[in-house]
Amino acid sequence: MRRIWNAPGGIHPPDNKAQSLISGIGHLPLPEKLILPLTQHVGTAAKTCVLVGEKVLKGQKLASANASISAPIHAPSSGWVTAIEERPVAHPSGMSAPCIEITCDGEDRWIERVSYPDYQQASALQLRNLIANAGVTGLGGAGFPSAIKLDGAAKKHIDTLIINATECEPYITADDILIRERADQIIQGIDIISHLLGRPKTILIGVENNKPEAIAALNLYCHGTNIEVVTFPTKYPSGGEKQLIYILTGKELPSGQLPADIGIVCLNSGTAFAIKRAVIDGEPLISRITTLTGEACGINRNYEVLIGTPVSHLLRQNDFDQDLCSRLIMGGPMMGMSLASSEVPLIKTSTCILAPSHTEIPDDDPAQACIRCGLCSEVCPASLLPQQLYWYSRAKDHERLQSHNLFDCIECGACSYVCPSNIPLVQYYRSSKGDISNSLADKATAAVARERFEFRQVRLEKADNAREYKREARRLSTEQAKLASPSAVQSTGSSAADIIKAAQLRGITKQASPEQQRAKLERTLLAAQMRLDEAEQRLLQVTNKGSADQQTQQLASVEAAKRKVEQTTQRLTEVSH
Amino acid sequence: MAFKQVSSPHGHARQKTSEIMQLVVLATVPGMLVLTYQFGWGLLINLVIATLSAIFAETLILKLRNRPIKFYLRDYSAVVTAVLLALALPPLAPWWLVVVATVFSIVIAKQLYGGLGSNPFNPAMVGYVVALISFPIEMTTWITPISLLAADVSHPALLESLSIVFAGNSPVDGVTGATPLDLFKHNDGLLVDQIYQNNTLFSRASFAGVGWEWANVAFLIGGLALLKARIFTWHGPIAMLGTLALMSMLFWDGGSSNSPGSPIMHLFSGASMLGAFFIVTDPVSSAVSNRGRLIYGALIGLLVYVIRAWGSYPDAVAFAVLLGNFAAPFIDNYTVPRTYGHDQSRSATAKEKSE
Repeated sequence: MRRIWNAPGGIHPPDNKAQSLISGIGHLPLPEKLILPLTQHVGTAAKTCVLVGEKVLKGQKLASANASISAPIHAPSSGWVTAIEERPVAHPSGMSAPCIEITCDGEDRWIERVSYPDYQQASALQLRNLIANAGVTGLGGAGFPSAIKLDGAAKKHIDTLIINATECEPYITADDILIRERADQIIQGIDIISHLLGRPKTILIGVENNKPEAIAALNLYCHGTNIEVVTFPTKYPSGGEKQLIYILTGKELPSGQLPADIGIVCLNSGTAFAIKRAVIDGEPLISRITTLTGEACGINRNYEVLIGTPVSHLLRQNDFDQDLCSRLIMGGPMMGMSLASSEVPLIKTSTCILAPSHTEIPDDDPAQACIRCGLCSEVCPASLLPQQLYWYSRAKDHERLQSHNLFDCIECGACSYVCPSNIPLVQYYRSSKGDISNSLADKATAAVARERFEFRQVRLEKADNAREYKREARRLSTEQAKLASPSAVQSTGSSAADIIKAAQLRGITKQASPEQQRAKLERTLLAAQMRLDEAEQRLLQVTNKGSADQQTQQLASVEAAKRKVEQTTQRLTEVSH
Repeated sequence: MAFKQVSSPHGHARQKTSEIMQLVVLATVPGMLVLTYQFGWGLLINLVIATLSAIFAETLILKLRNRPIKFYLRDYSAVVTAVLLALALPPLAPWWLVVVATVFSIVIAKQLYGGLGSNPFNPAMVGYVVALISFPIEMTTWITPISLLAADVSHPALLESLSIVFAGNSPVDGVTGATPLDLFKHNDGLLVDQIYQNNTLFSRASFAGVGWEWANVAFLIGGLALLKARIFTWHGPIAMLGTLALMSMLFWDGGSSNSPGSPIMHLFSGASMLGAFFIVTDPVSSAVSNRGRLIYGALIGLLVYVIRAWGSYPDAVAFAVLLGNFAAPFIDNYTVPRTYGHDQSRSATAKEKSE
């Protein structure tokens, strides 16, 4: 038996999982339309690569990865692209975001699939590219592009691969049912990942002990492999990446580091399944298992849904009664977000649609005063002091918030769950995190601006000094000129006539003598010739190495320099005559 | 279809702040009954006066502060303060004393600081100390426990008690007397054994001191029930009682004439158990982390013993708790727990490392 570490804190909410496990994975009729947001993952939005009106096949790429952290999106069924525009998506603010709309043709015709059943012959790079092109992202809820996670891990020595099948949130059973029905494929997926990572020494599947059937299924297929199924007592939030790593290995992930930094890669079991499909079957990530549950739904069960299926389509198929429903939640009751509209589509990270009744999840009572009872700090999995964070958050004391490690909060919601005064603690923390991030960004901008300003000050000062120097030089030359002319000696008087005289005199001296003019022109000529030399040399370099653009540019500057030299020579001859 | 938008988590555990407060009141019932049995009607009269004046004062001040009255009254915190104060004040104390102490607790110590959750000091203890300093004679007149009354004397009946409390009539001779802690405070060179033999408070006691020992046991039971219900953690009370026991063991002095009394006597006399389980555990005015509460409890235990043994008051829980309240923010500063993924805990005022 492997040793299990007991993570601090945690709560035991009623798990409400049985009702959605009565029947197995179901399938829905094809919806009329599919809506695919370009951002379904952590990172930059994907870039559309189809046009409105185009016919697409199932599995065809609709949008490609657009930056170093991004993931492509594929058509979940065949049909036509009927719109590329902003649509409401699942977001706490209820906002809209760019989406591709597919009107299904009902044929569900696949694009030609390129499968890779003998993945053991493939290189790690090939496999990573396959996974990246299939648009596989973390299916546990966070949605980090898997290929990038594996890419980062490949650069470090990984000795432990952890498959997260904890599923600690109440109500959700998507991982549970997937393991029960398709454990063999998950194990295949794990083997692909293991091969890709250079066969890590330890491979663990972490499962909470409230899933005996899933555990049995895993044990059946892990028998004779080096994959170990580790079960541990049910407690929320054991499925948090940091918590699971501690429970299984006793190691704490240092604040601000990635699991790969301590030799660990952690992936969800659903992700392992998606990787198997991507590599062995050549199918991109176009469907997932989503739990539909809650008393406002007549039927509670798991469905293999196409990504992009509107939530309303799912609800319609399951005797949903809106009057019964207190709120509509995407994700679990602890960390899920409430949806403003049921028209939003299911995306790659949609683990669950929860439609609870008013008795199941009643409206919140108004918050009472915090009495610092400390129940929140008893349950905090990160050993924070939520009650202090709350006070500092209300006081907007960013310094104290940071010294109390606000940014180590994983927003699991355990503190709010136990708070007897019903204070929406997590909401306060989210808002404070946003405030602090914004003010840090502002500070960075201000620092850049200050640097620029200081640089400008220095530049202006230099220019001022140069001007001052010139002025001084001019003054000196004027004085010399005065001394040279005999009338200047008498012009020290203070009468108006004297002043006018002096001014006239200055005017005369300002009109430089031919010698001075010549000297100036000679200097200009010298400078122009030097510039011409330089430009010609640069032109030479560019013709050897540079682009056509650079060549034309240099050619132009050589021409300009030549012109200047000619002009100056001409004027010089004029002055000399 | 449109739906209501709510921030996660959705759903809460069922326990409410008002229920916690009610449980605390409920847990004082065993102690309340024992005290009433031992000292007569006076305690219940205190309870009624204190509760009514607390509710009245709270209502008034909430109105002045333009706060919803019903909403805040329903959190039962005013009642808890009133009950704790009533348990601490001497039975048959004049009505105005109870009113002054309660109103001071609610208005000055609680609401002027911002109401429930914002008071740095335990309101009941502030009220108690104000009364103790302002009216020392009334506050130190205690009733003799029932089993020590002379054969022809009995505790005043309800009507007589009411007349004592409201009309200022004096109780019959022999109904008031010293407490066990008083005896040790005013010990004139007697050995502990001699005190125990000479005084019925000890000679007829089961283990600590007639009257107070069973009241303390009752509060201990109530406190353990709250501990079991996870209303508070063990850290504060155990640290306080542990330190009190340790100190009285260290200075027990073999029962000489200088001895401030045995550990058992200290643990089961005065307000020890009431203080440990109902006052030290007040979350609002105590330190916040478990480690902080250990230090906070130990500090109070230490102060209780120091004042009892060498100060000028026979009991000291109220003073010790207020001094502990003073120290709580300081303790908090140095007892922030180590967060997951950090090598060590930081002090609460630590600054982010600037790059």
